[in-house]
Amino acid sequence: MKPVAFDYIAVGEVDAALAISTEPATSFMAGNQSLGPMLNLRLARPEKLIDLSAVAVLRQVTESDDFVCFGSAITHAEIEDGEVPDPTAGWMQRVAANIAYRAVRNRGTLGGSLCHADPAADWATVMLALGATAVIHGPSGQRRLPMAAFVLGPYLTALQQGEVLTAIEVPKPSATARWGYWKYVQQVGEFAKASAAVLIDPAKKRCQAVIGALGGAPCLITDIDDLIAGKTTPAAVLTGSLIAPPDDGIGLHAVALQRALAAAMEDLEGAG
Amino acid sequence: MDGGSIPHDSGWGIGARLERREDQRLLAGKGRFVADIKFPGMLEMAFLRSPLAHAAIKGITKPAGKHADVFVAADLGAVTGIRADSSLPGFKSSTQPILATDKVRHVGELIAACLAETRAAAEDLADLVDVDFDEIAAVHDMHHALDAGAPLVHEHWSENAFLEAGADVGFSAAIDGAVAVVTRRYKTARQCMAPIEGRGLVAVWDRTLEVLTLHSATQMPHIVRTGLAGCLGLDHGQVRVIAPDVGGGFGYKGILLPEEVCAAYMAMSLDRPIRWIEDRREHLIAGANCREHSYEITGYAAADGELLAIDCEAIVDSGAYSSYPFSACLEAAQVSSILPGPYQMRGYRCKTWSVATNKPPILPFRGVARTGVCFAMELLLDSLARELDMAPEAIRERNLVRPEQMPFTNITKKFFDSGNYPEALRRAVEAIDLPAIRREQANPKGRERIGVGLSIFCEQGAHGTSVYHGWGIPMVPGFEQATARLTPDGGLELRVGVHSHGQGLETTLAQIAHDRLGIDPAKVKLVHGDTAYTPYSTGTWGSRCIVMAGGAVASACDALGDRVRHIAGHLLQTSAEHVSLQMGMAKTAIASVSVEEVARTWYLKPQLLPDDVDPRGLEATEGYKTVQDTGTFSYACHAVKVAVDLDLGHIRLLDYVIVEDAGTMINPMIVDGQVIGGAVQGIGTALYEEMTFSDTGQPLASTLADYHLPVAADIPEIRISHMETPSPLSRFGQKGIGESGAIGPPAAIGNAVNDALKSFGVEMVQVPMTPARVRAALAAADQGTGS
Repeated sequence: MKPVAFDYIAVGEVDAALAISTEPATSFMAGNQSLGPMLNLRLARPEKLIDLSAVAVLRQVTESDDFVCFGSAITHAEIEDGEVPDPTAGWMQRVAANIAYRAVRNRGTLGGSLCHADPAADWATVMLALGATAVIHGPSGQRRLPMAAFVLGPYLTALQQGEVLTAIEVPKPSATARWGYWKYVQQVGEFAKASAAVLIDPAKKRCQAVIGALGGAPCLITDIDDLIAGKTTPAAVLTGSLIAPPDDGIGLHAVALQRALAAAMEDLEGAG
Repeated sequence: MDGGSIPHDSGWGIGARLERREDQRLLAGKGRFVADIKFPGMLEMAFLRSPLAHAAIKGITKPAGKHADVFVAADLGAVTGIRADSSLPGFKSSTQPILATDKVRHVGELIAACLAETRAAAEDLADLVDVDFDEIAAVHDMHHALDAGAPLVHEHWSENAFLEAGADVGFSAAIDGAVAVVTRRYKTARQCMAPIEGRGLVAVWDRTLEVLTLHSATQMPHIVRTGLAGCLGLDHGQVRVIAPDVGGGFGYKGILLPEEVCAAYMAMSLDRPIRWIEDRREHLIAGANCREHSYEITGYAAADGELLAIDCEAIVDSGAYSSYPFSACLEAAQVSSILPGPYQMRGYRCKTWSVATNKPPILPFRGVARTGVCFAMELLLDSLARELDMAPEAIRERNLVRPEQMPFTNITKKFFDSGNYPEALRRAVEAIDLPAIRREQANPKGRERIGVGLSIFCEQGAHGTSVYHGWGIPMVPGFEQATARLTPDGGLELRVGVHSHGQGLETTLAQIAHDRLGIDPAKVKLVHGDTAYTPYSTGTWGSRCIVMAGGAVASACDALGDRVRHIAGHLLQTSAEHVSLQMGMAKTAIASVSVEEVARTWYLKPQLLPDDVDPRGLEATEGYKTVQDTGTFSYACHAVKVAVDLDLGHIRLLDYVIVEDAGTMINPMIVDGQVIGGAVQGIGTALYEEMTFSDTGQPLASTLADYHLPVAADIPEIRISHMETPSPLSRFGQKGIGESGAIGPPAAIGNAVNDALKSFGVEMVQVPMTPARVRAALAAADQGTGS
């Protein structure tokens, strides 16, 4: 389980990465927590590996009244440890603290997770539910995409060849917002078998749920009033929202939605 | 048993919780494992392994310009394949090729060995070897291996069975009057043993001495030497096997590997040291397979819960080849001989098949067949109890062998040497607080249900010649030997042929030596893991070391002690019988001389020796056997409290109790460690570990992302309570305990889950009890009719 030989290039600037990335068989890496095993298993055989983890601009975090903007190379551990501002007063911290296990969190990055777009990963679900925006740099400059348009399918994003996700802008919920995030793993460290996030923030006109771990892109559900009011069931909501039922059936995903909703309803502070 | 231990309490002897001496090295990261070994000029070896489970090989093409760096079967000269036959009637022979010749029989089988300066470059080379296959349908399901028309794993066989065997002890006559008859089908998954260190080797040819030295991560260096010499056609004197620090074994590291034979031959023919370190993917897909059993079992009981008879048909998926030295039939032979467990019954019938499939060979894993057998027997007992409306503890109490019957010869002629099984059960029931759990169950909360489960079993350890001779496998244990040698400074060297791969033998054997000779354990050096320095031994397996090597060390120390006392008596101007050895001193009632002075006298001041001194000096090799070689029988009762989430099928372990009888404990702390470590592996069997295969025989869990091992967060605090019934067979009353912990958990947890789900009419019958399996069982039982 040793990788095929490759060139390793650590860049200091986004532009330097963009210049190299037009060459064929080039991969970006940041925390290397998903790509690394694929290299060792020889499932990925890039000729050039461009390490973005030390690019200064990707390590920046800026805060305004309405947003926190995370450089894409911020690690899960930095979020978990509160080393960067949390726009959600602790919700993101608790999500980060339950990603995989600490060794992965030490190196794995927010942006890397979103770009890898594993259907069962935490951030793709959570960022969609929080209404985050992806900030992308490419040959033709900067563009911004809402998360709903960023992750398109399993391991598939809207990034074009030669583009880099540079930042994730997360809006601050209102002080009265409620939040629930729930995922099912049999063992610590696993990818989720089912996951759901619920945001109830009428003050900011954002009440929505996201179902993750569906085998594809997470599913955004924007009308959850009846669900909150108990007029419909999670299973019915899922059946109505999913274009096709997941391979493993509705059951566990409905439980995830129910438990995420219960967490949101129970705890004003959120139940991450 | 011999009660004549030295009457003093140094805190170092038998029964002391002495800290493990090897931990000073191992916990500081200063151990030396096989992957730490390097030689000048060493080449790394990687293998091209079969991507197919069953295929004819029509041709192999080596990469251009690299023919000398790639070895295929035709390049191995007169090397022979690995053969492990049993003399049991009807056993069918197979030969495991070192490198595949005309056919591959499981995914991961070795086809070509590739050499390069680095492992990565060797893997690059393996990528370039081209093999032309003709794929054959795979035998992937043991239940259909014997179907008419099934493809044959070994073409020259009539059917895919290594062995079919059976036992019938008064079965038909025993079932009259049964009021409860319960039939169940149970299955245990194929697992991988997953020690923290995989296999690995460095093979070095010394052309001056004409000796091949194999540094190997093995628990049985002498047996590997014998097997290796046979395959290579070398004299034993030309083969030396060194096992350095070994990071767990669990049975996998007792097996002679084709990789070892291949590397040894290549090292000789190229005169270059060759290293191969098994990676986790090789380990999972090709290496350490174990555990896969299937049972169809019927229990017959009387109205009062008396077990009248058991009838069982069991299949063991033995994989493609018979592994050296334990063979493809050990597992099934164990099933039929130990299924009755610690219980009495009037009649018994069991038929077993060791079937051949297109999977890696099944290897004996900690507990060997006992884990599966205990799962089948203990779940069946709970089913019978439910049928009779009895409590699980009551049906066990009714049928366990009672202490006043000990020693007891059971229905399959197993000789239970000692113990109080009902007392272990009572203590476990009390420790788990069964009445409190029953009260809690009366008021279920939310979507979780609480359950409690029991399992009780006995473990035969250190069984010897008569048992293994009956199975007729290549290795039959006999006398275990040890050498005790006093060094000129009064230190003690112990040389044993067993090898410690986590058992703490550097500590426990030193404690035994201290008990016999009074020498500070810190001055005892254990020499092990090198065939050049140690007496022949079948090695570390079968929960045998503390009984067999412990007994041998005591015998050798006693022989040495006699000689020390004789010299000391002379120096103290008295006779040997007045001299005792305590705390490094040879003492009489009025005078003493240090053991160091005695040693110095023998080695450096022989002019002071008595005229009738024993000329063999201060070095003694003694052989040891137990009083009879039927084995010590440790036993344990496990009790577990679980919570089952009805929506998720998720099982949480809330409390775990083990009542264990290891006989006399040499070091209770090490016994605890063995029991806890084993129990964690048993929890893995119960809840997580499974190697599944596609219908083309492809293994579907080739990394630890897919093959799930228990992790720290899964494990509750395991509460151990010891009973200490000395074995009448062993030197100090000690009983083998190494495998015990891994036996009980699947049964106890299975019973607990079934207890939790009783009101839904759900019974889990297969491990691992994954959330998906629990949900499926709940769905099938039409959730909602109960509760």
